[in-house]
Amino acid sequence: MSGSDAGRRQFLAWGAGAVATLTLAPGVLLLQPAHGRAPAEAASGKVRWGMLIDTNQCATGCDACVTACNRENGLSGGTRETDSQWIRKMELEDPRTGRKTSLPMMCQHCEKPPCVDVCPTGASFKRADGIVLVDKHICIGCRYCMMACPYKARSLVHENLADQKPDVPRGKGTVEACTLCVPRVDRGEHPACVEACAAAGHGAIVFGDLNDPASEIAQRVAKYPSVQVRADLGMNTGVRYQGI
Amino acid sequence: MRSKAKSALLALLLSLAVGAGWAISQAREAPAGRVPKPAIAPAKGEQCVEPVDFMRRNHMQLLLHQRDRTMHEGIRTKRYSLKGCVECHASPTTGSVAAEQGDFCQSCHSYAAVKIDCFECHASRPQALAGGAKP
Ligand code: HEC
Ligand code: HEC
Ligand code: HEC
Repeated sequence: MSGSDAGRRQFLAWGAGAVATLTLAPGVLLLQPAHGRAPAEAASGKVRWGMLIDTNQCATGCDACVTACNRENGLSGGTRETDSQWIRKMELEDPRTGRKTSLPMMCQHCEKPPCVDVCPTGASFKRADGIVLVDKHICIGCRYCMMACPYKARSLVHENLADQKPDVPRGKGTVEACTLCVPRVDRGEHPACVEACAAAGHGAIVFGDLNDPASEIAQRVAKYPSVQVRADLGMNTGVRYQGI
Repeated sequence: MRSKAKSALLALLLSLAVGAGWAISQAREAPAGRVPKPAIAPAKGEQCVEPVDFMRRNHMQLLLHQRDRTMHEGIRTKRYSLKGCVECHASPTTGSVAAEQGDFCQSCHSYAAVKIDCFECHASRPQALAGGAKP
């Protein structure tokens, strides 16, 4: 079996898988396909992955996104200062009107991420397609990035871990945060939280390519008002909110 | 005087290095001889991702290169993936490549006095067995 033959077969298998998981019935799509790539193809600078969170659909008390994230990435689910939390559910209340809002807060995948600016080793970086990541092979655990992040999105692993997920290596002394489920996105799937939110019947999170005018997320942000949290900082986040 | 000591040391180091290399390359042709050899656990599958001689000497380069390509460019080819090594090389008894002295990566590394930290983060057991214990 020659190498290129194997590559082609893998590519075909990948294509078939993506179609099978996303098409419920002919013409009915549960989630818009996130155009995945062939495994040998590098992430493209033409793509800008993002999420649009409609807080009107986000239910108070529901934590389906958080538990799905914990399961997918092998997090303990603990909420102490020293536990890793990649998504936090937040309940807000306007003291004047009493209006309550519920929303998930996580790494906002900024175009100009302050965590990358302050990193002394280059471990904190932004991938070509806009996903902000920590290269844990280079991370020294100094936590400057945690200080720099206005969203409190990053955590340091404080203790030795065992039984990590093969897709999500994690270890003591390195910083981590939401990766938009990068191994899934690279396979053409949606992040775990997005799927869980849809499965729970809320469908509050839309994931997709902000640069693709045909994508649902790009069409929604073009049509309806949405905001960036701390837009005043000028970081152009990839995660946007509706209804706050 | 000093240079003599230096060259003696150099010769000693050289012979040690050659000896270790020879021992590793002979490891699979078992018995006899006074040189201790690593007992390397057998793997699943017909053959490795590259010829065995090449793998013995260069597996670290392949892995480190693949690591950077996956991490920074999102390239996820299977061939030199660390997950791939684990799938084929996990021990049938411990289910791991690095849980015990006799497991694949460990067996050779403890012989050659190499210490790697990869499995402090990476699962040392294949997908089917790993990550099941905790949520
Ligand atoms: C501090 C944690 C940590 C340590 C230690 C670590 N890695 Fe990783 N490694 C990661 C993370 C996180 C990824 C990214 C996973 C992804 O995006 O799929 C990764 C990805 C990889 C990949 C690409 C994915 C794969 O399975 O092929 C390779 C190869 C790799 N690491 C090799 C190594 C090697 C070799 C070592 C030891 C010298 C090592 N890593 C040590 C965290 C770590
Ligand atoms: C398809 C299964 C398979 C995969 C994937 C695989 N190997 Fe192997 N590997 C083997 C087999 C089988 C042998 C023994 C071949 C022989 O003895 O002819 C072997 C031999 C080796 C050897 C030489 C051991 C000795 O006896 O001296 C090393 C080192 C090695 N592999 C490292 C790796 C690394 C590192 C990876 C990941 C990049 C990897 N292998 C991936 C099947 C695999
Ligand atoms: C045939 C013996 C052998 C086997 C089997 C083996 N290694 Fe190695 N490995 C070595 C030797 C010898 C070195 C040191 C080479 C040097 O320093 O030049 C090394 C070095 C490494 C390094 C670089 C360490 C550093 O600090 O630079 C990594 C990473 C590595 N091995 C990963 C693996 C993994 C993962 C496996 C199991 C899949 C494995 N090795 C199996 C012999 C082996």
